[in-house]
Amino acid sequence: MTFVRGVLCLVIVLASSWAVAQGTADKGGADTRRSGYQDMGEALQKMQADDTANPGMLFVQLGGQLWGKAAGAAGKSCADCHGGVASMKGVAARYPAIPKGSDSPVDLEGRIDLCRTANQQADRLPSGSRELLALEAYVAHQSRGLPVSPPDDPRLAPFRAHGKDLWQARQGQLNLSCANCHDDNAGRKLAGVTIPQAHPTGYPIYRLEWQTLGSLKRRLRNCLVGIRAEPYAYDAPDYVMLELFLMDRARGMPLESPAVRP
Amino acid sequence: MDRRRFLAGAAVATMVTTVLPCGPASATPEAMAAAIAKVVGNAPVREGRVSLDLPPLVENGNTVPLVVSVESPMTEADYIKAIHVFNEKNPQPDVFSVRLGPRNGRAVVGTRIKLGDSQKIVAIAETSGGQFWSASADVIVTLAACLEEAT
Amino acid sequence: MVNVLINAPKTAKRGSIVEIKALILHPMETGFRPGANGRIIPRNIIERFTATWNGTGIFDMEMSPAIAANPFVSFFAVANESGTIGLRWTGDEGFVVEERIGIAVE
Repeated sequence: MTFVRGVLCLVIVLASSWAVAQGTADKGGADTRRSGYQDMGEALQKMQADDTANPGMLFVQLGGQLWGKAAGAAGKSCADCHGGVASMKGVAARYPAIPKGSDSPVDLEGRIDLCRTANQQADRLPSGSRELLALEAYVAHQSRGLPVSPPDDPRLAPFRAHGKDLWQARQGQLNLSCANCHDDNAGRKLAGVTIPQAHPTGYPIYRLEWQTLGSLKRRLRNCLVGIRAEPYAYDAPDYVMLELFLMDRARGMPLESPAVRP
Repeated sequence: MDRRRFLAGAAVATMVTTVLPCGPASATPEAMAAAIAKVVGNAPVREGRVSLDLPPLVENGNTVPLVVSVESPMTEADYIKAIHVFNEKNPQPDVFSVRLGPRNGRAVVGTRIKLGDSQKIVAIAETSGGQFWSASADVIVTLAACLEEAT
Repeated sequence: MVNVLINAPKTAKRGSIVEIKALILHPMETGFRPGANGRIIPRNIIERFTATWNGTGIFDMEMSPAIAANPFVSFFAVANESGTIGLRWTGDEGFVVEERIGIAVE
């Protein structure tokens, strides 16, 4: 099916290559940005909104169990330093950010890694592991409903600019950029689905396609494979830079973590 | 054969080989009928009293919310004792069966199911008096565009 | 760690009908999908979900591979006496999970 889908992607995108209204806030105009939530059917919106039906909440629960569990040579848990998780309110809304003593940005996953290795003196949790996603979900859930608020740090500007370049660069065998789909053709149909504006307001998300919780990195890798490009290495800084650009583009939109998406 | 014609032919050949089903055998309308017959035997199945709530357009077949509700007083004298749900195109026709009784108060059950393709779903309810009532729904599962391949 | 989310009222009026919703972390691997190595991933599903009210069976569900991953089930029960609602999931590979919640009936 890979080939068929590839052709389908190509044909549809080429057939609709004229620009349509971009999903961004125009200067002085109405905010036309839409969360993927708004493009879902009623059944999936209900699933996300009901904490007892949203499967992402199982991971939030697991994150809560891990939060209090000591790890590493230091024998400390997250709670030993941070206290209750309420102290994490707003954190997910402003990441990626540059941690103290560093000069390059990390995403929430990277921040948890730093805590694990430096403070708990424990091994890193593997990217994409259930434990890491659960901790991310537990932290991000504290910012649910808060507006995306990237920090006012001028050092982030060059990284964000690079993220924007990546967003706009054509790549892969289909020679498509992220912007070709998610700016130029957002709201149109690709096969049976509406192309979203790609605002990362719900991560980590419970994606029905995955049947589990997953990160923005996993979603970006999917997109890269979709346009037949080689995904960046798992630890490449490109993901963080793309996220910086995307979070700025979604500035002010409410966080939904853990969101449900098809 | 010029190069362009060759390429076009090769593309069609690839599409044909990838589109033809090669997975495990699917359940069929016949298989579903056989699975239903196992539950109801020779008893007549009437349409009505059962309602099957499913989104008509499914955005991803991996998780499809479904609610089956059956009209019944749910008293000791008259209650729904079982609800069965079947499909016709997944690898197997059975989806789930539940046993109920007067203690439930309402003959309503909700869950989430997987649907491999657009198809018909059938729910059958069995009353304490041994009657069978049913409802069916046709569901369209939309084709997703960019799926995760092995990454 | 076992991860289950149960939603039911903590108190209910005698004779009222309450809704019980339960969500459990489980892959519900169908046994029909090939893995990365091309071989079929063995089936690993929850086969049965049952509920009791003070030990009396009130709900019994037989699941198939067509139940979605991380199964969600909702059903109703008449609140006739205070006590414990017990939920039990059993399945392939010796999977057994039991959870209990209390309910006060007035």
